[in-house]
Amino acid sequence: MDPAATGVTVAGTGADPAKTTMFPEEFLKRTFSLINSDKDRNSVSLVCKDWYNVERMSRRHVSIRNCYSVSPEIVTARFPAIRSVTLKGKPRFSDFNLVPDDWGADVQPWLNVFATAYPFLEELRLKRMAVSDESLEFLALNFDDFKALSMLSCEGFSTLGLEAIATHCKNLTELDIQENGIDDLGGDWLSYFPENLTSLEVLNFSTLTSEVSFDALESLVSRCKSLRVLKVNRKINLEQLGKLLVLAPQLIELGTGTFLEELVSGSVNGLENAFSKCGNLVTLSSFWDATLLHLPVVYPVCGNLTFLNLSYANIGPDELEQILSRSKRLVRLWVVDTVGDKGLEAVGSHCPLLEELRVFPVDPFDQQLGVTDSGLVAVSKGCPKLHYILYFCQRMTNAAVITVAQNCPNFTHFRLCIMNPSEPDYLTNEPMDEAFGAIVKTCTKLQRLSVSGLLTDLAFEYIGRYAKNLETLSVAFAGDSDLGMEYVMRGCPKLKRVEIRDCPFGDSALLSGLTQYESMRSLWMSDCNVTMDGCKKLAEEMSWLNVEVIKDEGGDDRLANKVYVYRTVAGPRKDAPPFVVTL
Amino acid sequence: MVRSSIVTLYITSQSFPYTHSHYQLLSITIIPTKMSSEASTITSEPPTTAVVSIGSLSTNDTELTLGLPGGNSRKSGAKRTFSVTTDLKLGGTDRSSLECSVVRRSPSSKEQVVGWPPVRSYRKNMAKSGCKYVKVAVDGAPYLRKVDLELYSGYQQLLSSFEDMFSCFAINNVMEEMKLMDPVNGTEYVPTYEDKDGDLMLVGDVPWKMFVESCKRIRLMKNSEAGSSGMYKSQLT
Repeated sequence: MDPAATGVTVAGTGADPAKTTMFPEEFLKRTFSLINSDKDRNSVSLVCKDWYNVERMSRRHVSIRNCYSVSPEIVTARFPAIRSVTLKGKPRFSDFNLVPDDWGADVQPWLNVFATAYPFLEELRLKRMAVSDESLEFLALNFDDFKALSMLSCEGFSTLGLEAIATHCKNLTELDIQENGIDDLGGDWLSYFPENLTSLEVLNFSTLTSEVSFDALESLVSRCKSLRVLKVNRKINLEQLGKLLVLAPQLIELGTGTFLEELVSGSVNGLENAFSKCGNLVTLSSFWDATLLHLPVVYPVCGNLTFLNLSYANIGPDELEQILSRSKRLVRLWVVDTVGDKGLEAVGSHCPLLEELRVFPVDPFDQQLGVTDSGLVAVSKGCPKLHYILYFCQRMTNAAVITVAQNCPNFTHFRLCIMNPSEPDYLTNEPMDEAFGAIVKTCTKLQRLSVSGLLTDLAFEYIGRYAKNLETLSVAFAGDSDLGMEYVMRGCPKLKRVEIRDCPFGDSALLSGLTQYESMRSLWMSDCNVTMDGCKKLAEEMSWLNVEVIKDEGGDDRLANKVYVYRTVAGPRKDAPPFVVTL
Repeated sequence: MVRSSIVTLYITSQSFPYTHSHYQLLSITIIPTKMSSEASTITSEPPTTAVVSIGSLSTNDTELTLGLPGGNSRKSGAKRTFSVTTDLKLGGTDRSSLECSVVRRSPSSKEQVVGWPPVRSYRKNMAKSGCKYVKVAVDGAPYLRKVDLELYSGYQQLLSSFEDMFSCFAINNVMEEMKLMDPVNGTEYVPTYEDKDGDLMLVGDVPWKMFVESCKRIRLMKNSEAGSSGMYKSQLT
């Protein structure tokens, strides 16, 4: 009997000890089915051919982080048994209008292939994809087992598409629509859920702007006993929220509606009561128009909260203090900079377990002070476990960031956005080089870094020298010369995604990354000094890269104003619009 | 009658992204500011704001300069905001914006850089207030219209939009009451609205912001009906 067929070689029967012991296929299958992490599965598949085969046949979830790095045919050929797909499309800078409309990342070609290859597809998670109503309808009609749809930062669809999903997906467990460029036509899409649909577990329509039928929502919440995540939009008021809470005390995550209307005192008690019955709530978000008048209704649940998202609530330091003093278990906190440094001091005082803080600007174009260096330092003093920070501010100092690095050496994600481009240290007028130098020197686990402020090539020298675990780097309005980018491309071995805008990096810098691009997911460079010649050279050297230039209207033909470079096994794009030139 | 208006002069500096040189943008724009909340100023001229933008002031420079930047070795300037209130005598309905000398050095300088700061559109749009659409019904008209109250800064603007929408109307401001008139048959319409409590109110009584918050729908009521419903009786008391 051929040992390879059974996959078994019996060791200890006098067989050659140098022969590899092979495991039975069944054993591999069972073992691999317990492995859920993509990274681990990728590693597993590299061991040997047998393992590759068993792994690919048993994989249930695939994450395609760049939809053009691979084709749907290749994916479905390799993984025949997929039930869950995560698909990401446009470069991240498309969120900030740097990528023209109609650039691509259409989900339909994927759906077409999936319809035949994965008829049992259950989950689809999309980020920065172009999704049309027709695609949503196609999805709803062609996948009988479809359960979970999540769309973040997608665009091209309207509430009509949601109607199709609601109507046809009989087993829907999850509908998560967040921060998309959706054409909100109103029209009551929520009412399209049939009466017999009781399977919903996750419903998030918080960023839709139009009114939904409250009766339909109430009925839906009432009959979906497994609902654990409910995030309503701003049109739902406190009183309505109360009614929903009474129907769903089992919720784990809640997004409120607006706090605007004045409640009668009886209603306030009722609402507090309703909240107090929600013993499982660990995440609260939205809080539109919240003031101290009605914020207290959430106090009963604050003690259990691990994630508090106040990034839609323009509250001040006093309101924040009130909530935080009751929320000692917070691990993640998102706020708006209206809380000011005083509010951040409250964070430092009350949240010793905090690991993630995001501070968003209330009005990105307003000149008001918001939060500053002292707020950041205050948080770092009180929250030693902090490892993720996203911080928008008007001004910063090197000294403050150096202190922060010392207080919190465990940063994995450090994203600092000093909102005025090329802003120096406001006390010393020096570049912010030392600040980021301190971060990369001290925080050896750093995976993601966004830099800002006035930076010379020295900052990048530091990054190249010390940030050995860096995977994602975002740079804007920084650097003196090609050297800056070269330091990084040559020094950081684990780079996956690099996005650069408005920096004086040219062809030499672009080409310095030759050895890296193969192992990187993508590189974006816009408004730098890269030329078409440089891009052509890169394309010639590396055939498995797509080197794409997005042409601007007018402008110098020799310059490559927007360059997007990514590795791919799918060859040049077949659906590229005329303004995208693949070299 | 020449009305003097309070003009608030905001002087802001803005630095520009290109690191190789810095620019100065100088413009004086006179724009109408938001209406004051006093109902009595509805019929007066709206105050106007002059915005003077100067680029690239260094941190130590507290003087306004109209010249090109010089001697500043740093790549871009720091931000500085000043605010000065002056009285400008502006006659008539001076709502037009005036732009005086604009000095620009860069071929592609922008006042606000595209996509910066890196905040998603949803959040940026939230910085502007949410929209507040209310239905507008006109007695006798077959269909209703909808307006976004957030788009207007005051009652005068709202009435003007009615003028545009129902093109038969002309604003008739008499004795600090706002009315619209159909010049063809002389019928007067009184703008009323239904507030959060369901009560029928006269448009213009409360401060604009309060109106925006509490207004549920608007009805342009025929004057004859307004009179009989006792709307004006309450005015006299």
